[in-house]
Amino acid sequence: MADMLPRDEILEGRMVEGEGVTVMPAAPASRLSLRAPEKSLASLSKALGLELPTNPKSSATVGSRAALWLGPDEWLVIEGSGAALAAACARVKAFHAAVDISHRNTGLIVSGPRCADVLNAGCPQDLSLAAFPVGAASRTVLGKAEAVLWRTARDAFRVECWRSFADYVFMLLEAAARDV
Amino acid sequence: MLLIHCPYCGEARPELEFRHAGEAHVARPVGADVGDEDFEAFLFLRANPKGIVFERWRHIHGCGRFFNAARDTVSDRFLVTYKAGDKAPADIEGGRV
Repeated sequence: MADMLPRDEILEGRMVEGEGVTVMPAAPASRLSLRAPEKSLASLSKALGLELPTNPKSSATVGSRAALWLGPDEWLVIEGSGAALAAACARVKAFHAAVDISHRNTGLIVSGPRCADVLNAGCPQDLSLAAFPVGAASRTVLGKAEAVLWRTARDAFRVECWRSFADYVFMLLEAAARDV
Repeated sequence: MLLIHCPYCGEARPELEFRHAGEAHVARPVGADVGDEDFEAFLFLRANPKGIVFERWRHIHGCGRFFNAARDTVSDRFLVTYKAGDKAPADIEGGRV
């Protein structure tokens, strides 16, 4: 009996290098869908070790951990080191709902000077630096899929989409990278 | 593309992120003497006027929140959007709640 079944990353080994843009799968990460009312934020922030952002379209990052604002009571927490996020929240007595979605989502890194143009092939939001600055994060549509965009640097976005949409999203970005 | 101002996100977002959710301010009838006609009106009867209507919308591919909007069905222009639970603004010309 195997102690742990190996899990295939859905976009393993796939990569696109277009003119001024690179699309590649992000490293595996743990993710948490967190919902909580305002009065629970202080204790949750303490347990997670970062200040949960309360401004629309914003994010907070500490080390390999980031919390993205998705709605007035909803956050997507991403941890790159593989540490268990749900366990950190389990100790919190304040009212909240924390669901581990590490394997529901998959991450893509879109980088390069033309990254915003490539994403705009499927995303109708204004992704200029003025409207979507570094650190901004938002749930939006990407073609026919729903995705969370997070601008991690001037020329880099992290795209979080559902695992079952990953192939579609990758091919959409692949086609866009060829065309822009 | 139509841009809709989400009162929770505090900015205008493309219409693809939104979904229409029917007429706003339809109150469920309460009280002991509520009859079938009251529930018929609550469940089925909608005004559907030509002109300014108050509607519920949902920022489903964004913050996920329901909010209300006053929209002109002739020009498809959004006059105002406001948070769910807030009163409809009284100064909308020709508006009907």
